[in-house]
Amino acid sequence: MATAAEQWVLVEMVQALYEAPAYHLILEGILILWIIRLLFSKTYKLQERSDLTVKEKEELIEEWQPEPLVPPISKDHPALNYNIVSGPPSHNIVVNGKKCVNFASFNFLGLLDNPRVKAAALASLKKYGVGTCGPRGFYGTFDVHLDLEDRLAKFMKTEEAIIYSYGFATIASAIPAYSKRGDIVFVDRAACFAIQKGLQASRSDIKLFKHNDMTDLERLLKEQEMEDQKNPRKARVTRRFIVAEGLYMNTGTICPLPELVKLKYKYKARIFLEESLSFGVLGEHGRGVTEHFGISIDDIDLISANMENSLASIGGFCCGRSFVIDHQRLSGQGYCFSASLPPLLAAAAMEALNIMEENPGIFSVLKEKCKRIHKALQGISGLKVVGESLSPAFHLQLKDSTGSREKDVKLLQEIVNHCMDRSIALTQARYLEKEEKCLPPPSIRVVVTVEQTDEELERAAHTIKEVAQAVLL
Amino acid sequence: MANPGGGAVCNGNLHNHEKQSDGSPSGNCAKNGIVREAQQNGKPHFYDKPIAESFEEAPLHVMVFTYLGYGLGTLFGYLRDFLRSWGIEKCNAAVEREEQKDFVPLYQNFENFYTRNLYIRIRDNWNRPICSAPGSRFDVMERVSDDYNWTFRFTGRIIKDVINMGSYNFLGLAASYDESMRTVKDVLEEYGLGVASTRHEMGTLDKHEELENLVAKFLNVEAAMVFGMGFATNSMNIPALVGKGCLILSDELNHASLVLGARLSGATIRIFKHNNMQSLEKLLRDAVIYGQPRVRRAWKKILILVEGIYSMEGSILHLPQIVALKKKYKAYLYIDEAHSIGSVGPTGRGVVEFFGLDPRDVDVLMGTFTKSFGAAGGYIAGRKELVDYLRVHSHSAVYATSMSPPVAEQIIRSMKFIMGLDGTTEGLQRVRQLAKNTRYFRQRLNEMGFIIYGNEESPVIPLLLYMPAKVAAFARHLLNRKIGVVVVGFPATPLAEARARFCISAAHTREMLDTVLENLDEMGDLLQLKYSRHRKSARPELYDETSFELDD
Repeated sequence: MATAAEQWVLVEMVQALYEAPAYHLILEGILILWIIRLLFSKTYKLQERSDLTVKEKEELIEEWQPEPLVPPISKDHPALNYNIVSGPPSHNIVVNGKKCVNFASFNFLGLLDNPRVKAAALASLKKYGVGTCGPRGFYGTFDVHLDLEDRLAKFMKTEEAIIYSYGFATIASAIPAYSKRGDIVFVDRAACFAIQKGLQASRSDIKLFKHNDMTDLERLLKEQEMEDQKNPRKARVTRRFIVAEGLYMNTGTICPLPELVKLKYKYKARIFLEESLSFGVLGEHGRGVTEHFGISIDDIDLISANMENSLASIGGFCCGRSFVIDHQRLSGQGYCFSASLPPLLAAAAMEALNIMEENPGIFSVLKEKCKRIHKALQGISGLKVVGESLSPAFHLQLKDSTGSREKDVKLLQEIVNHCMDRSIALTQARYLEKEEKCLPPPSIRVVVTVEQTDEELERAAHTIKEVAQAVLL
Repeated sequence: MANPGGGAVCNGNLHNHEKQSDGSPSGNCAKNGIVREAQQNGKPHFYDKPIAESFEEAPLHVMVFTYLGYGLGTLFGYLRDFLRSWGIEKCNAAVEREEQKDFVPLYQNFENFYTRNLYIRIRDNWNRPICSAPGSRFDVMERVSDDYNWTFRFTGRIIKDVINMGSYNFLGLAASYDESMRTVKDVLEEYGLGVASTRHEMGTLDKHEELENLVAKFLNVEAAMVFGMGFATNSMNIPALVGKGCLILSDELNHASLVLGARLSGATIRIFKHNNMQSLEKLLRDAVIYGQPRVRRAWKKILILVEGIYSMEGSILHLPQIVALKKKYKAYLYIDEAHSIGSVGPTGRGVVEFFGLDPRDVDVLMGTFTKSFGAAGGYIAGRKELVDYLRVHSHSAVYATSMSPPVAEQIIRSMKFIMGLDGTTEGLQRVRQLAKNTRYFRQRLNEMGFIIYGNEESPVIPLLLYMPAKVAAFARHLLNRKIGVVVVGFPATPLAEARARFCISAAHTREMLDTVLENLDEMGDLLQLKYSRHRKSARPELYDETSFELDD
């Protein structure tokens, strides 16, 4: 039955075809042809397929002139003429052939010249030689490294520590190990260059807040919260981090950690702290800014510091809970892909740590000295002291800028040179002006160490005062 | 070569003649001599023999089983993840704090799948701690795991005198203290360990200057600058050289530090196939002809990033071809000689000398001191303008602490030793010993029928294992036989090409190498690792003392 019906329909259709007017058929025929054409022709033209001839190509190659690999540098560029230090860069230092008292190296605890540290390093040299000849994964892990990691973790009262062979690479590798593309990092505008590079490598979204301004940070966090409410699915996988420094290298100020921790829990963002300057300086036992504020280290997700300042060795470390730190052993680029720290440097850092533990008084001595010189440097005509009074590294900036950075730098350099002539070794804080996200104003960085006697501190302050007066007025 | 460094090279030259006159046929003497002369005249001289490199493909069934292995591992991984999530299997991994459970998870679940389920099974083969200098033999601390590799416990026993086939101790200069290291000790006692300042501020010591002058002399270039960490030498200096509007052409197998440096620079990056000159030329041509995408402006400059010896492949850079290409297309060339400096070339000057080229043909010579020199840190050398520019603009010079003085002294000592400035020819002998060991070891492995990768003169020798289970078995068995090897798998290599890597050292004696080879032979039969289909007949040993020719 069904087939009969179908056949009937077919017959009807054929009949309709006969009956249809000619113009109709022609139109349909054209439409069908049009469809076929559309199907088989290219839908668009590949634009500007360059049909350069071989000769033209050769000419282009011939003509192209690259920029020079490096632009020429004028011979008298200030950065080309380094200060040359002969002999050890410790308390008494010979700079460009002149004997000075060192107010420039970050040797806060004076451990660079310590005989115990040297003896420990020497013992290590005798046993292990110098190099490790391999990354940690491939026989570059020495018992010394494990011991040092253990000691650092215990010292900081946390679960785990991981050491890097270069201070700069520590935070610069740690940040991209966690924060990836799409994650959000809230970072202080005054953050040091290593943090900036870490952030750049992470390719995360970066939100800068005003230096130490918690209301500004909260504003950004709130904005983000609103954003998250609009797109909760995305928010569930967007990690949030706050990156701050314990003691800011560029400003000499301390971060308001208690407020940061409050914001952390309120807005559920993890805190990474860079403590290169505050480790071995702040706190009763030198544990850094957490101890200074009496905050449990468990509230901070990751602390990173270098061993090049207070510990007067080379390298850096990160510490925190194993849940966080262990991840770097496979994801920290500077950890996985670099040769491990020479054992003698690890041994030196360990001995320095011992000395720190045995002499907790050293930190209050340092604080006293900081306060003393800080006070003595107040009221210099033309120069202002920037930085907290308990910071052993702080800045002297021009009160009134001349309007051009270049001139400011020249003026400050003149002060530095004159101080050097009067055997106080100082240096300007150096920056890569084009690379810095928020370039700090030019400044002289003064570094206090426990080795400087009160008399030397007074003399330094006095000298700076006099020289500044002579140069700036 | 007007500088005294030339003296050292000439010294080597004299020695070459001496050595050659006592046995080897003269043809090679002449050639060796030409190489030297060419360098002295500053004229490039091409390395005129074909580059002997092999990358044999594995038989099909091996690949099938390899993927099957990974597939099974993954399947079981899912099963165990399932069991863990239901609390049936105990989860040993560290967990998030209670207080932060409601934070966005720090890791995505799948991110660590591979680590948690595959790597963990065999992770005892990495990070093995040692407790002696990484010389030709070292002491490994025995450790055991009570929870299937989640944690390790040290037994307190020490596996003594394991033959070290893993450390990059090419010239045997990483060793425990002996009299030759006296100067290092002296510097340590005088200077201390740290510097506590940057190069720009108060951290340029006379030791650094001395070292930089010596490096320049060693490489026969105008100037050099040294940095505290090899990895950072790449990642912190490439951004100073190129930026937006520049093009980086990078070998696909470049080291992570080069990749990071290239990324941080903000330049456009294009990848060419490993050591493939056609691929590079095509990219170069297109770059010069078509300029930047969309805006069609010409590129400001083009920088080719390559390595001297590739650490996972054992291949040596095809330098003569690259130099020709770079000249033709006016690109700049940056060579990372991390593994090749000190380890190849008749006097250990790296790939440039290996091919008898002029160091001026290479714009940026970068290398590290970690390997051949048994120290730490890196250098960049080249024309004076380049180094001056870096002194001002290198991120490392401005922001990172400078090199530790005793480490600098170790480099000075090693470099003088290689250059013969210590008044002996022992350094040169080490370079030759390394070449000899390399060829011997490669030759024997080839004969046994293993698939090994790379150039026949490269002291980095990857032996292909393929299957993940064999990776573990190989490393564990060999450690039981007191041989320490490095095994590598994904993600450092392609998934299916897990391998073991041997680093030959001049400090390896023939006995040590023979012991290793014997054990490898047994291991190859036990684990069926002899995959090679062009197995060579066991030829008589060619490379004994008398008939060995360095520059053949």
